[in-house]
Amino acid sequence: MNLPQNPATRRFLGLLPAWLVIGIFMVMPMMILLVFSFMESDPYGGVDPGFTIEAYRQILFDLNFDDELEFDPVYLIIIGRSILLALIAVFGCLIFGFPVAYYITRQERRVQNMLLYLVTIPFWTNLLVRTYAWILILSGDGVIEQPLKSLGIIENSLEMMYTNGAVATGLVYSYLPLMVLPIYASLEKLDFRLVEAAHDLYASRFQAFKQVIVPLAKPGIIAGCILVFVPSVGAFIAPDLLGGGKKLMLGSLIHLQFASSRNWPFGGAIAMLLLAFVMIALLWQLRSARKRMEESG
Amino acid sequence: MKKLLIAAVSSAVLSFAASGAYAAGELNFYNWTDYTPDDLLEKFQKETGIKVNLDTYDSNETLLAKLKSGATGYDLAVPSQNFLEIMVKEGLLEEANVASMPNYKYVDARFKNPTWDPEQKYSSPWQMGTTSFVIRTDLYDGDCSSLKEFFEPTGKAVGQLGVFKTPEEVMNQAHLYLGQEMCTEKNEDFKALQKLFEGQKPAVKIYSSEGTPDRIVDGTVVMSSGWNGDMFNARTKEGGTTVKYCYPKEGVVGWFDSLVIPKGAKNIEAAKKFMDFVMKPENMALVSNFASYANAIPDSAPFLNPELADAPELKVPNGIPIAFGQSCGEKYIKAVDKIWTKLLQ
Repeated sequence: MNLPQNPATRRFLGLLPAWLVIGIFMVMPMMILLVFSFMESDPYGGVDPGFTIEAYRQILFDLNFDDELEFDPVYLIIIGRSILLALIAVFGCLIFGFPVAYYITRQERRVQNMLLYLVTIPFWTNLLVRTYAWILILSGDGVIEQPLKSLGIIENSLEMMYTNGAVATGLVYSYLPLMVLPIYASLEKLDFRLVEAAHDLYASRFQAFKQVIVPLAKPGIIAGCILVFVPSVGAFIAPDLLGGGKKLMLGSLIHLQFASSRNWPFGGAIAMLLLAFVMIALLWQLRSARKRMEESG
Repeated sequence: MKKLLIAAVSSAVLSFAASGAYAAGELNFYNWTDYTPDDLLEKFQKETGIKVNLDTYDSNETLLAKLKSGATGYDLAVPSQNFLEIMVKEGLLEEANVASMPNYKYVDARFKNPTWDPEQKYSSPWQMGTTSFVIRTDLYDGDCSSLKEFFEPTGKAVGQLGVFKTPEEVMNQAHLYLGQEMCTEKNEDFKALQKLFEGQKPAVKIYSSEGTPDRIVDGTVVMSSGWNGDMFNARTKEGGTTVKYCYPKEGVVGWFDSLVIPKGAKNIEAAKKFMDFVMKPENMALVSNFASYANAIPDSAPFLNPELADAPELKVPNGIPIAFGQSCGEKYIKAVDKIWTKLLQ
């Protein structure tokens, strides 16, 4: 068999499978959704041909039951709540994830590998199953309340389930490994002699942490924040199972449009909006990464 | 795995059928998953010599899309009442003249000539069920006889109420309670619905359509939306004896699946034979025993498993109206979506 001699052609052929996979499984579905979001909705589900920006208009303005077009903040509230909860999840993951990552880097190589392996173990089970486990932990007759009740410490239920706190707990739990791993990766390269040097120069523990460790771990922290934020903002399982569904989140809102509301274009429009948020987050990361590169020369 | 195998084999068989190697005296049956007992098909083959090939789907939308695309090769399918209405309107069904079949006499008078097939031209009954609300009678002394209890709860039920997450059925219950027409397009009706649901929300602990039997049995909620089949399972579960499925005087919401013959079916006579065969009480009982749903053939009761035959969840008392969901217009669907999104914002 004759291999093409031109290196450009060879590179193209070598990358072709990857391009095809990305094209077919990522770009194409998104393009379909984008096209659908500009079409008319079919009352039986699906879309009808015709171009309209109706779906995007609906995000901000809607006809009320007196047939007047009015500004409608419903969807902005849902979007705001989703972003807020995602930020809480990021913050929670950072608080719990950083010490864990730091602890791991301070161990012997062999122990490090073992601990990293343990961090990834939850990924071996389905997310749905793991979230159901939290129902058993948080619910009225669950693992936390039952012993407290039988010891007589509490009498009434703590009502932990079906609250925003439960959703945040579920999100932090689900995505914690995504925070630990990148922070570990950047802390692992950290030269601890720098920390010792800081102490030699009379830096307190906090100063050494703030001015030496954090700046050097920054790429990992940013990557971790992005990795947690992106799936959290569109999360569907935790808000649905642990939040009691009383407050809609973006993921549930999109699901509702494709299922019972049979408004595919609007579902597509919200999905596009969600995609825009994610892109903004990623671009921001890209920019700060480039800035760091320039700073470090 | 077995189901997958059956599906694969039957679709292979179907593609043979489509390619012209079609044997006379075979019937291609397209039904929901876990809905067709094997012994029913064997019995039919023994009695008539007609072999039934089964293929399955999991939603009315899938079935409608298949029939709309034409040339399916199916001789029988089982849509729910609201989709049956659409199929009739779109001319996707063959006439079967069910009313003149010998076993039609067994059908409960309440379900003869239903609104979705007023002259019983296209469809014969398969299985049915209802949606209402349940009360844990040991935890809450609620009033089962009116939807007021569910929509305007008082006392211990406040904060302990579970409601379905998807609006269709709850919305129909609300129409019953407010005395509105199904598929109403009146703005004042929409406003009244919105007020009703906003008023109910403070009492709601959880909006979810999954796991309702578990939550009522473990006491997470004391009152809840519920499907009759689910609630039958909840009551017969350990610790569930006090789960009471309510039949409020305003009525319950119903679904009704029927056998129909898609347009272009090759073996219409055999399909009609099957329809008539299923309406016979002992055969209908086979289906109910397998699927654990109710049916529209009262004489099937002696052939049912005892726990099914005695289940109050499966028997709608006489005098309680059953409102079957309809396929509504675009204005209605949009309004319901708006009410629901606002509610959960």
